[in-house]
Amino acid sequence: MSRTVTTQRKAINTALAWGIGLLIFFPILWTFLTSFKTEATAIADPPVFLFFDWTLENYSVVTERSDYARFLWNSIFIAGGSTILGIIVAVPAAWSMAFVPSHRTKDILLWMLSTKMLPAVGVLYPIYLLFIKMGLLDSRLGLTLVLMLINLPIIVWMLYTYFREIPGEILEAARMDGATLRSEIIYVLTPMAVPGIASTLLLNFILAWNEAFWTLNLTAAKAAPLTAFIASYSSPEGLFYAKLSAASTMAIAPILILGWFSQKQLVRGLTFGAVK
Amino acid sequence: MATQHSRSAARLMMAPAVILLLGWMLVPLTMTLYFSFKKYLPLRGGDLGWVGFDNYTRFITSSAFWPSIQATLIIVGSVLAITVVLGVLLAILLDQPMWGQGVVRILVIAPFFVMPTVSALVWKNMFMDPVNGLFAHLWNAFGLTPVEWLSQASLTSIVMIVSWQWLPFATLILLTAIQSLDSEQLEAAEMDGAPPLYRFAYITLPHLARAITIVVLIQTIFLLSIFAEILVTTQGSFGTKTLTYLVYQRVLESQNVGLGSAGGVYAVILANIIALFLMRIVGKNLDA
Amino acid sequence: MGQITLEKVTKKFGNVEVIPPLDLTIHDGEFTVFVGPSGCGKSTLLRLIAGLEDMTSGTLRIDGQDATAIPPAKRGLAMVFQSYALYPHMSVRKNIAFPMRMAGVDQATQNAKIDAAAKALNLTDYLDRRPGQLSGGQRQRVAIGRAIVREPSAFLFDEPLSNLDAALRVGMRLEISELHKKLATTMVYVTHDQVEAMTMADKIVVLRAGHIEQVGSPLELYHTPRNTFVAGFIGSPKMNLIDGAEAEKHDAHTIGIRPEHIDVDAQGGPWQGKVGVAEHLGSDTFFHIHDTGLAETITVRAPGEVSFDHGDTVFLTPRDDKIHRFNAEGLRFS
Ligand SMILES: Nc1ncnc2c1ncn2[C@@H]1O[C@H](COP(=O)(O)OP(=O)(O)O)[C@@H](O)[C@H]1O
Ligand SMILES: [Mg+2]
Repeated sequence: MSRTVTTQRKAINTALAWGIGLLIFFPILWTFLTSFKTEATAIADPPVFLFFDWTLENYSVVTERSDYARFLWNSIFIAGGSTILGIIVAVPAAWSMAFVPSHRTKDILLWMLSTKMLPAVGVLYPIYLLFIKMGLLDSRLGLTLVLMLINLPIIVWMLYTYFREIPGEILEAARMDGATLRSEIIYVLTPMAVPGIASTLLLNFILAWNEAFWTLNLTAAKAAPLTAFIASYSSPEGLFYAKLSAASTMAIAPILILGWFSQKQLVRGLTFGAVK
Repeated sequence: MATQHSRSAARLMMAPAVILLLGWMLVPLTMTLYFSFKKYLPLRGGDLGWVGFDNYTRFITSSAFWPSIQATLIIVGSVLAITVVLGVLLAILLDQPMWGQGVVRILVIAPFFVMPTVSALVWKNMFMDPVNGLFAHLWNAFGLTPVEWLSQASLTSIVMIVSWQWLPFATLILLTAIQSLDSEQLEAAEMDGAPPLYRFAYITLPHLARAITIVVLIQTIFLLSIFAEILVTTQGSFGTKTLTYLVYQRVLESQNVGLGSAGGVYAVILANIIALFLMRIVGKNLDA
Repeated sequence: MGQITLEKVTKKFGNVEVIPPLDLTIHDGEFTVFVGPSGCGKSTLLRLIAGLEDMTSGTLRIDGQDATAIPPAKRGLAMVFQSYALYPHMSVRKNIAFPMRMAGVDQATQNAKIDAAAKALNLTDYLDRRPGQLSGGQRQRVAIGRAIVREPSAFLFDEPLSNLDAALRVGMRLEISELHKKLATTMVYVTHDQVEAMTMADKIVVLRAGHIEQVGSPLELYHTPRNTFVAGFIGSPKMNLIDGAEAEKHDAHTIGIRPEHIDVDAQGGPWQGKVGVAEHLGSDTFFHIHDTGLAETITVRAPGEVSFDHGDTVFLTPRDDKIHRFNAEGLRFS
C-alpha cells in the first residue's frame, strides 16, 4: 500500500482505466450529446461528436408533446411513496429484529428475503386480476403498494444491518429516562440511524424508479411512470433519435446523480451485507 | 437481553411487515396455483373448468417451451460469464494506483442506474440500428456490410445490452471485496517469493470466491426475470423468448391464464432452487 | 425515599441460572456496592432492579411496593451505564433535558434544573457540545447529570469508571461520593474493583456466581471476612491464605493473615523465607517472599522504605491477634 509505484506504471493504469471507463460510459455520453443535436445531425455518417449546433429544441418538443411532467410526477410519486411507506413499515420490524432478537429472527429475515426472489411473472395474472377487482389498475396507489412490497425485504434487511451497529445500551438508557417505545424510536433510534435510513431511502428510490416489469404491466395512460414513457418510443415514427435522447436524458439524469451518491449502499443493500 | 414487555412489543411491531409479505406471497401464489389447474380464458369463455395437470404438460410440451428455456439459459449464462470475468479484471484494474480513480468509478458504475427501458432503446436504435446506428456507421467506415443486430444476432445483442447493465454491479461488488483483502497477506506471499500470477490464483481469487458467488446468485435472480429489455427490442422474436417472456405472452397477450399460470409455477420453482443456494450463503453471513 | 428489597429473586438465561434465589435489602439513602469478579452476575442483578431484564421468579419491592411488573421508566430509578449511553445526536443540554422532556416537564423548570446540574458537575461551558466532542470524564458527568435531573429514588451505576484512566477514576470516585453525601439518595453501584468498593460504599455486597457471599460495611468485610473468598477478594494486596501444618497449629484448616499484619526483619521470627520481588511505593514496600514452606508466596507490607535485596533471607512475624481462621468449607470461625 505505502509502497511507491513508478510514475510510468501509474500512467499506464490511468490510461487503461480511463479508456475502459469512458467506453462503458459512452452510450450514456452519446445519448446526452445526441439530445442536443438536430434529427439530421443525430444520424449523420460519419457521426459528429462535439462540433455541431447545440439546440435545446428536442427538450421542448418532448416536454410539450408527451406531457413529460405527468410521467415524471408519477415516477416521483411511485418511487418516493413506495420507499417511504416501506420505511414506515420496516423501521419497527428492523427494531424488533435488531434489539429484541429471538431464535426465530434469522429465519424470519431469510424468509422475507425469499419473497424477494418470487418471480414476478409467476404472480402476474393474480395481481392483475386483483388490481382490476379493486380498481387499482393504472393507479399510482396500486403501483406504489406493489413496489413497496417488492422492496420491503431489502429495506428491512438494510435497516436491520444499520440498527445492529447501534449499541443497545443507548436505547435502554432512553427506557430508563422514561421514554415510551414510540419516543424511543422517534427521538433516539431514528435520529441515530439517519445515515443508514438515508442510504436505504436512496437505494430503494433508485430501484423503484427503474423497476420495469410491474410499472409496464400495471399501468396505462394515467399512472404510467418514466419507464413506460420511454417504452412508448419503441415504435418510432420518422426521425426521432434526438428526441429519444432528450427523453432518455430526462428520465435517467436525476437517478444517475442519486446513484453516484449511493454506490456503497448499493453493495451493502443488494448483497444483504454479505460483501463489505 | 430483553423483558417480556419488550418481546411482546417486538412481535407487535414486526407484525405489519410480516403480514404484508405473507399476503403478498401467499395470495397471488395460491391464485396462480389455482388457475394453473384450470382451463381459464378470460376473453374466450372465462373459467372452463378443472383440467388437472393438463396445463403443466401442455406448457412443457409446447414448441415454445424448450427454446424458451434455452434462450433463458443462454442469456443468463453468457451474461454471468461476461460480467464475472470482466468484473474481476476491471476490479483489479480499478484497485491499482492511478489518477482520478473516483471519476473512473463513477463512469463505470453509471449504466447500472439507467432504467432498463432506456438502455434497451438507446442500444436498439442508436447503436444497433442497421441503417442509422453507430455500429452501422462503424462497419461502413471499414467497408463492411452493417449487421442487422436484433434479427441476425438477436441473442448476442440482448446479451450485450444486459451485460452492459450488469457489469457495473459485478465490478463494484468485486472491487469492494478486493479492497477488503488484507494487503499484508499479499505482502507475506511476496516475501515468500510467490510470483504475481501465483498470488492472484492462490490469494486474490480465493478471497473473491464469496463475492463471486454472491454476484452470480443475485444476478441470476434478476436475469431470470429480465423483461423490459426484450419487450422493447425484439418482443420475443428471433429466438429471444425467455421463460419469463413466454409466460407473459401466454397470460397477457393470448390471455390463456391457465397455461400461463402453469408456466409461472415453473418459473417459481426455478427461482426457488436458485434462491435456496443464496439463502445458504446469506444465512451464514448472519451468524458472523 | 428509595428502599429496594429483593425477595427470592432468580434469573435464568435459557437453562443457565445466573442468579440463584437471592434476598437483599438496600436501605434508603445507602450507598451499596455490588462487587465480585467479572461474570459473577453483578450487571444482571442491577438490570433486574432497573427492569431492563425480567426476573425468572421472586419479588422486587421499591419502598415496599411490588415493582416486579413495573416497566423501567416507571420505577423512578436512574441508571448510569458503563458506556455512558449518551445520545450522540443531541447536545449535552438536550441529553440532560431528555428525561424531563419525556416526563413533560415545562421548559422553565427544565432550564433551571439543567443549569443547576451543569453547575454542580462543571459542565456549564459544554452545554452546547455533542457527546462526541467531550472527554471521557466529561461524558461521565453528563451521564450523571442526566440521572440527577430525574430526581430518582435511587441511582444505579454499572461500572461507571471502568472506561476512565487511573487518575480520572480517583477524581470521579470522589465526585460520586460527594454527590451521594449531598443528595443522600440511595445509590447502587456495580464494580469489579474492590478498591472502589472499599472507598465508596456504606454497604458492600460481595457476589460470586450469583451468590451473595457476604454483606457488610467495608471495615466489617476487612476485619471479619465470612469466608476465604471474601478474605481473598477484599484488601490489597491480597490476604495470605495458608493451609497445612501451620494452620493446624491454630486448630484451623486454613489461616489468613493480611500483608500489613506481618512484620519483617533480618534478625529472627517464626517464619523464614527468601525475598523475591520487592515493590517500592515510597509510603510502603511490598515484599513477595518465597521458600517459606507455607505457601507459594507470602506477601508482606512493610511501612516506609525498607530495603532487602533479591535473595536475602528474612524472618516474618505474624501478629497473632490478626490471624483469621477458616474451616474445611472455607468458613470463618473464631
Ligand atoms: N443476555 C444474556 N444471555 C445469556 N447469558 C447472559 C446474558 N447476559 C449475561 N449473561 C451471562 O450471565 C453471567 C453474568 O453476567 P453479568 O451480569 O454481565 O456479569 P458481571 O456484570 O458481573 O461481569 C455471565 O456468565 C454472562 O455470560
Ligand atoms: Mg458487568
